[in-house]
Amino acid sequence: MEENAKWVEDLGDGVHKVRTCVWSPPGDHPVGCGIIVTVKDNKVINVEGDPTHPITQGRLCPRCIAMDEALYHPDRILHPMKRDRADRGKDAWEQISWDEALDLIESKVRHFWEVAGPESILTFTGTGREITMYSAAYCHAIFGSPNYCMVLSGGSCYGPRCTIANFQLGAGYPELDYAAYFPDRYEDPRWELPQYILVWGKNPVYSNPDGFFGHALIDLMKMGSKLIVVDPQLTWIAAHAEYHLQLRPGTDAALAMAMCNVIIEEDLYDHEFVEKWVYGFDEFAACVAEWSPERAAEVCWVDADVLREAARAFATHSPSSALWGLSIDTETNGVQAGHTFLAICALTGYMDVPGGITLARPSSFTGKWRYETVNSVPDEVRAKRIKDQQGRYSCWDAAGPGPLPDVTLDWLEMDEPPTDFKMSYWFGTNPLACMSVQPMRWEKALDKLEFNVVQDVFMNPSIMRLCDLVLPLSMSVEHAGIVMPHFGRNTHFLGAMNKAVEPLDSKSDVEIMLELGRRLRPELWPWETPEQFFTDQLHTAYDWGFKELQDDVVFQQPFEYRKYETGALRADGKPGFDTPTGLIELKASVYSVFGEKPLPYFKEPELSPYSDAISDEVKEEFPLVLTTGGRHISMFHSEHRQIPSMRALNPWPLITIHPETAAAHGIAEGDWVAIENPLGRCIQKACIRPVVDPRVVHAQHAWWYPEQSGEAPNLFGLYKSNINSLIPHESVGVTGYGAPYKNIICKIYKVDSLDAFEA
Amino acid sequence: MEKRAMLIDYGYCTGCHSCEVSCRKKNDLRLDEWGIKVNEVGPQKFSNGKWEWDFVPVPSSLCDLCEDRIAEGSKPLCELHCLAAVIRVVPVSEVSSCLESMDKDKVAVYLP
Repeated sequence: MEENAKWVEDLGDGVHKVRTCVWSPPGDHPVGCGIIVTVKDNKVINVEGDPTHPITQGRLCPRCIAMDEALYHPDRILHPMKRDRADRGKDAWEQISWDEALDLIESKVRHFWEVAGPESILTFTGTGREITMYSAAYCHAIFGSPNYCMVLSGGSCYGPRCTIANFQLGAGYPELDYAAYFPDRYEDPRWELPQYILVWGKNPVYSNPDGFFGHALIDLMKMGSKLIVVDPQLTWIAAHAEYHLQLRPGTDAALAMAMCNVIIEEDLYDHEFVEKWVYGFDEFAACVAEWSPERAAEVCWVDADVLREAARAFATHSPSSALWGLSIDTETNGVQAGHTFLAICALTGYMDVPGGITLARPSSFTGKWRYETVNSVPDEVRAKRIKDQQGRYSCWDAAGPGPLPDVTLDWLEMDEPPTDFKMSYWFGTNPLACMSVQPMRWEKALDKLEFNVVQDVFMNPSIMRLCDLVLPLSMSVEHAGIVMPHFGRNTHFLGAMNKAVEPLDSKSDVEIMLELGRRLRPELWPWETPEQFFTDQLHTAYDWGFKELQDDVVFQQPFEYRKYETGALRADGKPGFDTPTGLIELKASVYSVFGEKPLPYFKEPELSPYSDAISDEVKEEFPLVLTTGGRHISMFHSEHRQIPSMRALNPWPLITIHPETAAAHGIAEGDWVAIENPLGRCIQKACIRPVVDPRVVHAQHAWWYPEQSGEAPNLFGLYKSNINSLIPHESVGVTGYGAPYKNIICKIYKVDSLDAFEA
Repeated sequence: MEKRAMLIDYGYCTGCHSCEVSCRKKNDLRLDEWGIKVNEVGPQKFSNGKWEWDFVPVPSSLCDLCEDRIAEGSKPLCELHCLAAVIRVVPVSEVSSCLESMDKDKVAVYLP
């Protein structure tokens, strides 16, 4: 352990304490919660919250408190392992050394470069983990490939919202102002309390999305902030809200347009802000004028008066703030929903004001570097990036860092795709259990590749079925790193991940990246150590380096409000927003270039009770609206199913059903229930509660069973409860962004057991 | 040692279970044992149209209010980790003044 470092306290007798910030693995987003780790003889013996951390102040969620169960779990992958391609699906792993593993990758990559070109190598990235800062660099600057892929239909996570924000605000991620930039937090005289907080399609107290510390919402409620919650489910925060708009899943754009209509028609908007800083007001106003609260009420299943009152409350209580969630991304109509959500915040003048919504430049530090690594890929290779052959999704192709996942599957499924795909490399993704829609199709498609490599901490169904080489990853407290909330897009602090224990035979994402980089493209990888790399990243903004950050553990970045007045939001330093018009664009300049409408509109989900795309017979057979993916605090996507105290908190996948609907179907609490639609079927356990509309059911996502047989065909029960089997492939928006993970149709019926599942 | 009580401002408890897991770790309890357990009341809609949904942590006889931690100047572990910051362990003599200053309508006081 490092001598004389401020972040280590030696307690003698082989015991020391380390102050650090965490980022998964084990699973979480870059919230960078502060912990104090007690270590004895290189073993973590205690993890507790760091009361000096300015954001979390000692508070921790149960996943971190149970970190020892992940670190020392008997199923943890401890060494590199390989398996013959013929043995995919079999537990036939052979332990190998790191040298052998890296030699194998190097020789395969060089071979595939030679015979099929760098574009024959695909990388697949998951969500939220530390690797999201580095995976693009692996793809571009190590493998030299333009095919930086993921399996998530419509890229339906964060990317859509970031792209919308970039197009319409010219800024990074707009975030609730919870005084996170200020060392004195809520005591800072510059800060004001948001009077209302509009929480749209998000339950941040159970998910801490993208670096937002979710329970800050509770801090603000205690001080007097009131909530307006837009959610198809009555969540705890919805039950504690002043207004709950319990909309039909997938109708967010219609609801948002009606709210804008109320704000404009009743003259509740901020005239001064709109006049000075907003573009396209008149046309936008004419567009939303078609959406009376009564019309939206019919489409969205909400009460017109509640909609009206919520819009009034938000617009007339300055300052107020807003949070937008994953549900904006997980709908085909999501770009329009996000567009209109931002319009609500712009019309009311709450952008970048105290107690409103904080803004920042679109990218910084490693968040900027990672995507700029694409410049190391020669133009003729970049031209070979997977793209739609009919020329659709040009917006995605211009704005997205890699191919559209849906088109990636289309290409992989072709008998003779334009590229002779050879290899894939996965980071922090369990693609068949989580993220992919129509996972059985992805299973077949990825099985066509000659060589699949993964780096992870636990075995999972996707690895068991498809991978040939596994590299064991170290966990957060076993390596050095930097946590950047919001991935550099609105990063209130930089947190040091300080190494508390030496890993046994595992490495971090950054360590593997540097080793592979030096082997395959040494000219691009001058850094000997992760610490040198981090220091170079910090030097893009500061004259101090990683060692200083390690000592301080947390560095809150400077912040100023109303940056649109000072020029700090634009690359050229001029006042305004970094958009083509220099203003917040209610009529978006760029969409028409990509064949998308510049003003918002509502489009029914493809699979809905009112859809024109399906027959009346189908609507009759599958009468319920299915929404998915609501979070449980004990699990991060497909992780934590094998962590005993986390699994005990959520032992089975739950389908939430309204009591009337359950009674009508003869379903009792705890019954096994089949969920089925024309695309697929799975089984979950009934949770009967009046928190959903009787016409709506909610199903948990990303379930698999580490305790079951892992070998094919069972694959840890991969398909038994896999709700993504019911989600359509390529039901994405005109831009390519957004897919209906949370708004489809289904029927339900009671079955005897989980084993009633047959693929 | 001064007698202490646990105050829980349960109107803001979100049911995160951090108290349960913290206590289990500290006291090395089995998965079916609790030093503190989060109970749920609701969700239910009252006839006035308002929803009521509360999580109410209840300490068990296994809870010693982390007297060892308090003795060394630290917060009890459930209090430190509580995401909603609704748990406080205070001297019994201060309970009344705490309740006065809290000005809330949902507070539970325990002497486990």
